[in-house]
Formats: sequence, structure tokens, C-alpha cells
Amino acid sequence: MSDEKISQAERDEAAHFASRAAAAGVARPLAGKGDTPASSSAEPPTLFDVQEMELNFGPQHPSTHGVLRIVLKVDGEKILQAIPDVGYLHRGTEKLFETETYPMGIPHTDRMDYVAAATNNHAFCLAVEKLLDVEVPRRAQLIRVILDELQRLSSHLVWLGTSGIDLGAVTPFWYAFREREQILDFFEEYCGARLTLNCMRIGGLPFDLTTGWIERLFEFVDDLPARIDDYEQLLTDNRIWKKRTVGIGVLTAAECIEWGLTGPIIRASGVEWDLRRAQPYECYDELDFVVPVRQNGDTYDRYVVRVQEMRQSVRIIRQCLERIEAGDIRGKVPRVIKPPAEEIYASVESPKGELGFYCVSNGTNRPYRMHCRPPSFINLQALPKLAKGHLISDLVALIGTIDIVLGEVDR
Amino acid sequence: MTAAKVLTPTVLTYIKVVLIVAVVPAIVGFVVVLAERRLMGFMQVRLGPNRVGPKGTLQGLADLVKLVTKEDVTPARAEKLVHFLAPVLAVIPALTALAVIPMGPSVRLARHVSTPLYVADINIGLLFLLAITSIGVYGIILGGWASNNKYSLLGGLRSAAQLVSYEVPMGLSLVAVLLMTRSLSLVEIVQRQDRLHLWFIFPGLLSFFLYFVSGVAETNRNPFDLPEAESELVSGFNTEYSGVKFAFFFLGEYAAMIIISCVAVTVFFGGWLPPFPHVRALSFLHFIPPFVWFLGKVGVFLFTYIWFRSTFPRYRFDQLMALGWKTMIPLALGNIVVVAVAILATPNRTTGLVRLGWIYGALFVVLFLLAKLRQALTRRDRLEAVPASARRTA
Repeated sequence: MSDEKISQAERDEAAHFASRAAAAGVARPLAGKGDTPASSSAEPPTLFDVQEMELNFGPQHPSTHGVLRIVLKVDGEKILQAIPDVGYLHRGTEKLFETETYPMGIPHTDRMDYVAAATNNHAFCLAVEKLLDVEVPRRAQLIRVILDELQRLSSHLVWLGTSGIDLGAVTPFWYAFREREQILDFFEEYCGARLTLNCMRIGGLPFDLTTGWIERLFEFVDDLPARIDDYEQLLTDNRIWKKRTVGIGVLTAAECIEWGLTGPIIRASGVEWDLRRAQPYECYDELDFVVPVRQNGDTYDRYVVRVQEMRQSVRIIRQCLERIEAGDIRGKVPRVIKPPAEEIYASVESPKGELGFYCVSNGTNRPYRMHCRPPSFINLQALPKLAKGHLISDLVALIGTIDIVLGEVDR
Repeated sequence: MTAAKVLTPTVLTYIKVVLIVAVVPAIVGFVVVLAERRLMGFMQVRLGPNRVGPKGTLQGLADLVKLVTKEDVTPARAEKLVHFLAPVLAVIPALTALAVIPMGPSVRLARHVSTPLYVADINIGLLFLLAITSIGVYGIILGGWASNNKYSLLGGLRSAAQLVSYEVPMGLSLVAVLLMTRSLSLVEIVQRQDRLHLWFIFPGLLSFFLYFVSGVAETNRNPFDLPEAESELVSGFNTEYSGVKFAFFFLGEYAAMIIISCVAVTVFFGGWLPPFPHVRALSFLHFIPPFVWFLGKVGVFLFTYIWFRSTFPRYRFDQLMALGWKTMIPLALGNIVVVAVAILATPNRTTGLVRLGWIYGALFVVLFLLAKLRQALTRRDRLEAVPASARRTA
């Protein structure tokens, strides 16, 4: 009786998964356990019969960094095919933008890439500012850049810690989160929130800096390079770390461009493409920083690029802090934001890559259409190609190295 | 009735057996696990468990209560009997193996009553250990298979591969030591180190490395914790285990760790002997009882296990196999030849071993320095690889 119930429930579940898998493009439905309970015992596999196995990797799995599901076809541990199935965290953010006024859209962007809310806010505001043709005051620009770079640091720290855990190195995680916690303290002091910051407004910023914030941040960024040395000491020259990352998931520059991959992924493949340098926004054009580039395009190089980017972010923050001066934090923005009927695209370099908003305005106070170009989603496309032929252990490393946030993938 | 009449050798043996079966799990649950969690906390800038009892000392009790009272789930389509037997198979060999570990020489309990601090001194002790500890791995393999879960199955398979790859170098590394000891009895091995005035770690440096690395692999601990591999296989072979059965696997893993450490101490580090037992200047070390020396040395090894765990990333399945077959087995075989030559080439066996100890020691230092040098060089290379201005600012 109870067995009946279980198998019925499992069958339902299997049918659900199968339909999802079919939607995701899996060739045949999953051979779930509850699917055909009798057939497996009726035909015992002969000795040395090599069988392909289908493995559901996620959505509940410690290493998929959220609710990503990957349907794997494996021979032993070797991956023959990997198909990501996304959408478990879909909340219809883009549709929500259409139902609310422009300023009301900003908090929604927080929930997209939730480990890098500031850059999301920034991209959204940039798009609307471009529509309105508003000038952002210099003080606000500098603070925006500082917030962006702090966010890049914190996002890369999360990536460093979690992808370390993926490969079995537990300790860097705690080190990285110690520093991230401090960064979140800075955010909290600035805008009251730690994760979903909502820290930018169309035309500028919601708040000015609190007293002592700049001095404390100076102290923190002076301290940070030594901390980054700590992480590197644990990983960069570690033999096992190198064995697990060098030559894993190689992407050539041409492939990256074809697939539209951006961010540290394309820079690790030898293309110097960073929007902060290529299409400078705010005051990035006057800042002195280097876009780290590596040539091999493997997981190790992506690791090195991200760590180097953290060092560059420290440089950028320091320069901004030195340049900061008194002034307005909000440009001349009308009370009711009604941009002219136009279509516009604006993008920023988020920690994951090019984050852009394509905004269609029809002259009302709500966007007619607000489309997001999410770097995580587009970078995730490369996963099937990267994973093919590697082992299950490498798949974990590859999910880590793409650096996805499911909130942004699914929106 | 005198103590001697009650405490006959048979009774004492029973007492010792009961002590091992009762005390070792308690030590594992209360001391080793707590020490591991607190030490890892210390290494990872956090506190570790510190809520239950003073400084978290009763955490083990809380865990025990939790595990025992937890529902014991057997998956609907699991192989029920094997699923039940697997954790038992993981624990019993580990506890059995402890019987032959000599923790100290005879101690006097009462007048006319003294007993050695081991259950049995069998003349094939080392062989017995190798045989019985490898049975423990079957627990993991069968547990992974019987769960009827794909992740568990992969974990079990990995464990099987690991067993095949690392039993061999482990055995071979001990063969080289056997050439020095001329006995398989663990008590005799310790006494021989006493008589030769030489711990076998010196001539057996390479053996020791091979043994300990294989031992870490054998016990499925970082960086070789592939059968469990939380980030890859969810929890590997024990994904479908809960409650007491899970506790058994847990206990089995830690008991196996203790065994590996005990054997390393006995064979290479003079067992219960203090360092340099025949150097007059260090004779004050004899005031510390042999039993304490033994436990202290085992503690150092357990610390090393924990240290590994918080330092290293995990090897990949095929890399682990390659390391075992392509590096460790050839090294172990070569080592046997070297040790044999060292013993046969000198008329006096001890001088041969001492010289071998010097050679291995020098080799170790040279290799260590070379590795450091190489590390320094590659580090500079790495920093050159990005634009000069990207280098760390002072």
C-alpha cells in the first residue's frame, strides 16, 4: 500500500522531470527510478556490459550554486553530454519592470545577481539615465565606482570561496568570507542593506557617505592585498589545485567571441575586453588600472584573472577615494520620470561580465519593455561544451569557474 | 581472594577487549571529533562547536543522542540486508585491528598482576592488520552499491578503485620495513627499535611517506576523500545513510584513521619509546609513561590528518589512480631494493640502516630545498605573466 503510494509519487516526479528535460532538449526521457520499476529487474545487465547512466545533477546539489539542474549522460564518471536546465528561480523580473515606474524597478535588480547588487543597480540606472540624458554629478560617479568595485571584490570573494569548496579546499572559503563580511559592513553603513543594496538612484545616489566611511575604507583596502596573498598562498601554487584546474575547460578566444562570453572568462582566453576600458562609463576613463589578461583560457587562468582583478579593484577604490570631493550626489532629475519614447542599451562590467539593460520607452512613466543581458546566463551556455569529455569532478570545477548566480540566470 | 586470582590473564584480556570496544568509540566521539572541529575552526578563523558543555566538550554526547534518536531510513529500493551490513562491516574490522596495536609494555596493576598494554601479540601482526583493515573498505563499497542511488554507487566505485590502487603501495612500503625488522610482530618491531637504538623512520623515510599517503587514501580523508566528496557526489557512499548506521560509518572512518596512525607510530616512530631512549641526556624523558608517549605520537598523526583536511583541495579520481600506480608503486618497489642493498652491502646490519638513514635524510633536505626554489621561480613567472603594472602595489 505504502509502496504503491511511493512509486506513484515517484512516477509523478519522474514525469515532471521528464517533461522539463524534454523542454530542455534532452533527447529521451529520464530513466528515473520510479519510471519502470519492473523493467530494471527483468533485464539484469550482463557482466562487462557498459551502460550509459543518466544522472540528475541538481537542482538540489551542493555544487550547483543554487537551483541549477544539469542532466548528465555519463559513462562511468566520464561526461558524454551535459545539458543545463534552468528556470527554477524564474520570477519574471523583466515583466515586473513593465508594471512599475522606473525608480521602482531598481530594487528588482538587486534580486537578479544577488551577490553583486550594486552593479545591477548601476546598469539599470545607467540605462534610464541614458534615456533621460541626465548628467550624474562627479561625487556620485566616484562613489558609484567605489561601490561597484567593492561589489566586484565581494562577488569575487564569494566565487573564490565557493569554487575552492567545489574542489575540496575548504579553508579559503572562510578567509574569503571574513573579508566579504567587512565589505558588507561598508555597504550596510552606507545604505542599510548588506545584500540587496538598492544603493543607486536614477541620476545619482540615495545617500551621501557617513562620516569616517572613507577613512575606514582606506584602512580596509590597505589591508586587503595582504589578505589576497593569503588566499593565493593556499591555492595558486598548490599542486593539487593546479592539477584540478590547469587545462580543464579550455575556451579559445574565437569561441568566447562566438558564444558572446564576457567577463573574466573572455579575458582568461586572451581577449582584453573589459567595458570599464572598452566603453568607459562614469569616471573609469580617468582611472589607472590594468585589465588582467591570460592566454590559456582554462580554469586556472580564469582563477588567476579573477584574483588579479581583485588586486586591480583595490587600486581603483584607492584612486577614487583620493579623488573624492564635496558635491551633489544627485543630478537634475524630474520628480516624475517620463523618458522620451526611445530605445536604448546601456551596460556595465559586472563581476560576471557584461551586464546590460535594453530599455524601450513609450513616453509613459513605466518602461514598455526592459530586457536584461545577464552575463551569467550567457556564460552558462558554454557549460555543455566545456563539460563534454571531462569527469564529474571537473563538472563541479567548471560550474564554479563560470561563476553563475542563478538569480541572474533565471531572473 | 587476591587480585592475582581474580585478574587472570584471560580475564585481563576480556577487560582489555571491552575497553577497546567501549573506549575507542568514546574517544572518537568525544575527543577526536571535537578536536578536529575545534582545530579546523582555529585554522579557518572561526570558533567551531563551543555551545554544548564547557568549551563544547559535550558536543560528542549531543551528536550521539542526535544520531541514535534519528530515524533510520532505508531507501525503498535498496538492497536491505547489504545496506544494513555495510556500516557494520566498516566498523568491526577497524575495532578488531586495534587488538594487535601495542600501546605500551607491561604495566603492574596490583601485586603479582601485570599485563601488557595490548590484547594480543601475534607473530603475523602486521599482516593481520593489512588484511583486516582492507576489509573495512568493503563496507564502503557495499554501502554505496546497496543504497541504489547513483551518487552512492559512484562513491562506492571510487572507493573500490582507491582500494586497488593504494593497498599495493601500502603493503610494499611495509615490506621495506620488514627487511629492517625481520619480524611481523608489532611488539617485536618496537623492541627491535629499542635494541638497535634507531627508530625506523630514518632508514624508512621513503617507506613512511608512502605508507602515510596510502594510509590517508585508504581512510578516505582529504585530499583523497573521493568516495564521500561532498561537493561532487553529495555525500557519496553514505548519502542514503542516517542515524545509527551513519554513525557506524563515521566511527569506522575515524577508527581507521586511528589505526593508520597507530601503525605509523609503531613501525616508524618507536611505538611507546621516548625519543632517543638510549641517550643519557634525554633520560629524563623516561619519566613520562610509555603509554602517554604512544598516545602523544598518535595524536600528532591525527593532527596531521586534520591539518591536511583544512589545507588541501581534493584530487580527481583519475589523478588519484595515476599517483598510486605511476608514482607510488614504482617508488615503493625501488625502495625495497635500496633497503635490501643497504642491509646486504654492509656486514653490520645496523650501520647499513644508519647510513641509509643519512642518505634518505640528505635526499629529503635536498628535494625540499629544490621544491622551495622551484616554487619561488614559478611564482615570479606567474607574476610576470600579467602586465607589469598589474602586479601587486606596495
